[in-house]
Amino acid sequence: MNKSVIYIFRRFLFYCLAGFMAITLNFLIPRLMPGDPASIMFAQFKGKLKPEALDALKETFGFSDGPLLTQYFEYIKHLFQGDFGISISYFPQPVLEVISSGLYWTLFLAGTSLIISFVLGSIVGIYLAWNRDQKLDSFLIPTLSFLGAFPYFWIAMLLLYYFGFILDWFPLRHAYSQHVTPGFNFSFIASVFSHYILPAFTLIFVSLGGWMLSMRNNMISILGTEYINYAKAIGYNRKILMFKFAARNALLPSITGFGMALGFILSGALLTEIIFSYPGQGYLLLQAVRAQDFPLLQGIFLTITFSVLLSNLIVDIVLLLLDPRIRK
Amino acid sequence: MKSIIKFLLSMMNNFKAKIGIYILLSFLLVSILAPFLVGSPTDYVGIPLQAPSMDFWFGTNGQGQDVFAQTLYGAQKTLFIAFLSGLLVVLVGAMLGGVAGYFGNRLDDIISLLINVFLLLPGLPLMVILAAWLPPGPLTIIIVLVFTGWAWHARVLRSQVMVYRNQDFVLASRVCGESNFRIIMVEILPRMLPLIASSFIGATIYGIGAQVGLEFLGLGDISQVTWGTNLYWATNDLALLTGSWWTYVPTGVSIALVSLSLTLINFGIDELANPRLISERHLSKRLDGDFDRNNATPVRKIR
Repeated sequence: MNKSVIYIFRRFLFYCLAGFMAITLNFLIPRLMPGDPASIMFAQFKGKLKPEALDALKETFGFSDGPLLTQYFEYIKHLFQGDFGISISYFPQPVLEVISSGLYWTLFLAGTSLIISFVLGSIVGIYLAWNRDQKLDSFLIPTLSFLGAFPYFWIAMLLLYYFGFILDWFPLRHAYSQHVTPGFNFSFIASVFSHYILPAFTLIFVSLGGWMLSMRNNMISILGTEYINYAKAIGYNRKILMFKFAARNALLPSITGFGMALGFILSGALLTEIIFSYPGQGYLLLQAVRAQDFPLLQGIFLTITFSVLLSNLIVDIVLLLLDPRIRK
Repeated sequence: MKSIIKFLLSMMNNFKAKIGIYILLSFLLVSILAPFLVGSPTDYVGIPLQAPSMDFWFGTNGQGQDVFAQTLYGAQKTLFIAFLSGLLVVLVGAMLGGVAGYFGNRLDDIISLLINVFLLLPGLPLMVILAAWLPPGPLTIIIVLVFTGWAWHARVLRSQVMVYRNQDFVLASRVCGESNFRIIMVEILPRMLPLIASSFIGATIYGIGAQVGLEFLGLGDISQVTWGTNLYWATNDLALLTGSWWTYVPTGVSIALVSLSLTLINFGIDELANPRLISERHLSKRLDGDFDRNNATPVRKIR
């Protein structure tokens, strides 16, 4: 038990360090750029803010005249107080408020489709490993690599065109219809669901192949080991062999991959949200890029980084529970 | 040098690699010859959003420009940036990964920590904040791609260097008094070439995808014609809501075909250089392509 506490603590320290690196990058990038970052960043506010308010905002970002180190501590102090500055494109809302309005939609869309594609892909992967034959393999692997070669958001464009525009099965944009009132009522939930299907299907469709292939490959290498041969020799039936002995071990590298792939998949989900005008982080990101809304951009980077780090910590805890070897 | 030529020749005998090389070469050729094949991609040639016809093979976009010309010209800049960034990514990755793997100890600890942190940071948002602050243009895209892409290749190359470092031939050269530089350049590097080549190809695929994603967001130089800006203008001109699929389908298919061709070349390199697959190939030739891969010793099946 003690060992596992130390393990989690070490991982936690590592994620804290990664978090600090992200904050430091966020702090340094504007200051390493040619020109005067403060005036680029705050040029947009001219005419919107009184000079005193502008000075207060500059202080939030640590753009004071002091040395870099003092600016840095100032910046971190404000971050820990939850002060990420004021958004330009959603003026005068604070950045944190804007981000949290989109966070739930991203968590809902990306989170659920990620889990569905992971579970579905792993199950199909187990099946593929068990029923391995040359013909299926030589068809499946090129097909999956061809699908994986398309950009996420381009697949989204195509699906939107076909299912949304030509067939008119699904709505083209937004997370729910304008005609329903948000709340816990049937028409709202139905509307959210019909808007959810197409973007979620896109995300599942493009990421499924990766989970399938990795689970299949893990399974194949596990099926070649001695203990499986031994279990086969004893005469366990297929189901027990497959799920109880092989799949549980084969799943571990996939779960590690789950944490690793999270940042990558989130990036794809952000671009997919943009195609569907889904009001999550990706859509906010686009707004921020279009409006040169630097406080919002940097806020989004930090929130996404922190959610990736937190999910990795959760993955570590899950691995600890699943794999007794880490505990020893 | 001789072995490199031999390797390249054997690539042409590998089915997957051959197809990949043909697709890639035809894209490169067409993009280089674009000025002789089509008119300027930025000229107004006809009514906007025309469907494909004999005059305009891929139709016209929302600004009345020829989509076919845009696709060919887009290949030029997109592929150039992708290959250049792929090269730089592998260079940075090989240097940092090689140093960490070869020298080990404290240096390895620091570089490994850096690698692990960069692997965790979400790529797209990081790319976006970098690209948003830098002036838009090809140089920015390359800097951003290298900054976010090096870590994965550094990790792969590091672990391979660590394998070689403790092998007898390296230890022997060290006992003979060879310098670290000579050991790395003469003993280790040539053996790593297939891995470096496949890293380069992987980095180029990443370079295409990430570049297109960034430019799609509007973070590239939108006055240039690239595959990314083609998609950016397609969505900006409401191609999705007007149903003009021809403004984004050719670009997307081109991106996928080039990425696929690079993946196929990578499969080919793997089949030719991976010792496990080499022995598998020899065995399947000996046994008339019929043996059970699940068992440690290949045994011929009895019908």
